[in-house]
Amino acid sequence: MELFVFVVAALMVLGGALGVITRSNPVHAALSLVLTLFGIAVMFVSQNAQFLAAVQVIVYAGAIVVLFLFVIMLLGVDESEDINVEPITGQRPLALVIGVGVMGIIIAAVVASKDMIGHRGDGIDTPTLESADANIRQLARHIFSNNVFAFELTSVLLLVAVIGTVLMARRVKSTGAGK
Amino acid sequence: MLSAIQPTTSWYLILAAVLFGIGAFGVMVRRNPLVMFMCIELMLNAVNLTFVSLATGLTDINGQVVVFFVMVVAAAEVVVGLGIIVAIMRRRNGVTADDLTALKG
Repeated sequence: MELFVFVVAALMVLGGALGVITRSNPVHAALSLVLTLFGIAVMFVSQNAQFLAAVQVIVYAGAIVVLFLFVIMLLGVDESEDINVEPITGQRPLALVIGVGVMGIIIAAVVASKDMIGHRGDGIDTPTLESADANIRQLARHIFSNNVFAFELTSVLLLVAVIGTVLMARRVKSTGAGK
Repeated sequence: MLSAIQPTTSWYLILAAVLFGIGAFGVMVRRNPLVMFMCIELMLNAVNLTFVSLATGLTDINGQVVVFFVMVVAAAEVVVGLGIIVAIMRRRNGVTADDLTALKG
C-alpha cells in the first residue's frame, strides 16, 4: 500500500515537474506546478509530516501558485513562448549535462550513505487515535522552545518583504510634476 | 508479493534529487522569467522533500522544523521576486530573460 502511494505520488511529482519545464504556456506551467506540489504534500503525509502537508497545500498550492497566476494574468504574458529558440548555441545540451550531473552526484551520495540512515535523534511522534494532533504538538514544542528566535526573525523577514514589495511595485509619480 | 516492498528513505531522497535536477535544468533552459521562477520553486520543494525524508529516516523532528522555516522564506522570496518581475514587465512588454541586457558590458 505504501509502495502504491509512493509510485502514484512520484508520478504526480515528476509529471508535474516535466510539465513545468516543457509547457510553452505559462498558465499550463503553473497548473503543472500545482500537480507537483500536491504530490509532495502526499509524500509529506506518508512520512508523518501531517502539519507540513497541510501547510504545503495551503501556502504553496493555495497562495503561491495563485500569486503566479495572478501575475501572469495581470501582465498578460499568457501567450505561448516560442520554446524552440535557443539563445546561446549549445545551451540546452550543456544545461542537460549540468542538470543530470547534479542529479547524479546527489544520487551517488544518497546511495553511498544509505547505511547511515538509522534511528537517531528524539524521534517523531506519530498521530494515534488518542492524540490525533501529535505531529503538530511536537512541531510546535520545538519551534516555540528551541527555535523561537528564528521564528521571530521570520516575522521580521515577512514584514521587510511586504514593505519592500509595496515600495517596489508602486507606480512612481513623475518627478517635476509636483513643482 | 508486491506489497512486501516498502519504499525506504533512500527512494524519497533519490526522487528529490531527480526533482532538483529537473528544476535546475528548467532554470537554465527556459527564458520566461515567470517559468524560471517556477523552476526555482521546484528546487525548493525538492529540498523540502529531502529534509522531511531525512527527518523520518533519522527520527529527528528538527528536519520538519527546518522545512517550516524554508516555507516562510520561500513565500517571502516569491513575493519579492514577483514584485521585481512586475516592475520590469510593466516597463517593457513581453520581455524574456535574454532581453534584460542593461548591465551588459
